[in-house]
Amino acid sequence: MTALSVRNLAKTFTMHLRDGVILPVVENVNFEVQPGECVVLGGPSGAGKSSILKMVYGNYGVDAGTIVMRHHGEAVDLATADPRTVLTLRRDSIGYVSQFLRTVPRVSALEVVAEPLVIRGVDREQAQARAKELLARLNLPERLWSLPPATFSGGEQQRVNIARGFITDHPVLLLDEPTASLDATNRAVVVAMIAEKKAAGVALLGIFHDEDVRVQVADRVVDVTAFAPKVAA
Amino acid sequence: MTTEPLLRVENLTKYYGSRLGCADVSFELWPGEVLAIVGESGSGKTTLLNSLSATLEPSSGRTLYRMRNEQWRNIYELSEAERRFLVRTDWGFVHQNPADGLRMTVSAGANVGERLMAVGDRHYGHIRDTALDWLGRVEIAADRIDDQPRSFSGGMRQRLQIARNLVTGPRLVFMDEPTGGLDVSVQARLLDLLRGLVGELGLAAVVVTHDLAVARLLSHRMMVMKDGRVIEAGLTDRVLDDPREPYTQLLVSSILQV
Repeated sequence: MTALSVRNLAKTFTMHLRDGVILPVVENVNFEVQPGECVVLGGPSGAGKSSILKMVYGNYGVDAGTIVMRHHGEAVDLATADPRTVLTLRRDSIGYVSQFLRTVPRVSALEVVAEPLVIRGVDREQAQARAKELLARLNLPERLWSLPPATFSGGEQQRVNIARGFITDHPVLLLDEPTASLDATNRAVVVAMIAEKKAAGVALLGIFHDEDVRVQVADRVVDVTAFAPKVAA
Repeated sequence: MTTEPLLRVENLTKYYGSRLGCADVSFELWPGEVLAIVGESGSGKTTLLNSLSATLEPSSGRTLYRMRNEQWRNIYELSEAERRFLVRTDWGFVHQNPADGLRMTVSAGANVGERLMAVGDRHYGHIRDTALDWLGRVEIAADRIDDQPRSFSGGMRQRLQIARNLVTGPRLVFMDEPTGGLDVSVQARLLDLLRGLVGELGLAAVVVTHDLAVARLLSHRMMVMKDGRVIEAGLTDRVLDDPREPYTQLLVSSILQV
């Protein structure tokens, strides 16, 4: 059974502040991700990889097409789902490791990581115990756990972000360059964590510029340049 | 997950004479959901909030509220006693200026205790204990319980106003620029506190703000208002990261980056 199915997706941006310039991003995007598979979006910067991930997460709206995934045992089209449905999808069915961590003043790294479980009703202590395991595995120094991540280095913030994305057992997980600012040791940890998600039947869709990591995790590469809009500029 | 909304707003319109306050606003609010209303001064945000909270009577349209007994009532048709019950217990209203929501010349403890007495709590010891507990939750030191809010800083007053509103376990809270007028470090503390309390208590809230960062931090959904009308609405991060309307794009692009 397909975990995620994207059909005929299209996206343009209309820049009203620049005299309504229309920026076509992608069109006719078609791909599927099966449970236990890691599909990587490939192509140069600006091809629309991140935009596709953001549409699949409901962060960007779509102009046309469908994004169907399973949620609470039913097929749901995220492209047309109302905001409440998107929120429950995010809570229970689809995770996202963004490129940059959006920090909240005064909220500790540990709480940031545990939050997705707490939102799902897991007991706070249990959620934090799981968060500690993940942060330890990602080699984030323990003295940082109780601090808000705003002042952390890029690599430290990224590991907080990864732990937050990996803490749930969502059946679909989106990864936007999760290893971009990590050293070799931590890259290897993330590669192992991705392998475990695959073994658990999670469908992964990601962007990896790092060739070495991409080769290790990708089951299939979808070339995003094939979705370039065919309009006369 | 609850299967029914708490609030249903249908075609709410408010004219001041011939001048438009807000027009044709419709939405639903669910338990546990925070809705931000953003837009510049004069866009109709506060008119809408005051209409929703039965402070103003709209020119047309309805606001239906699911009462604690599960009955749906149009809040403009409630008896005065029923309206008071809502305002004193089941709803909260956090004003931008704490002086509008607090009694400045009675003690902090009494400000919190008053709402409890309004719901029939008569036991002094219990009221004081609950007030102390709430002062703690909003990070006001216990030894300030007998001080008047006149002697409090702006941030403390705002936190006291929040405690006063939340002490009765309301299901719906209206907030009008809750962090306006506070300096940024105080804002951050207040936002974190609000975010925590809203999540913990499963409150529904309508927050009016012109600060998009506040909206991003606190709200799940957002409505953008201009000239009295809702011009764009949706998931907060969708509206902020992929704004469609010219005015929303202008708002988002006007945020100063640090």
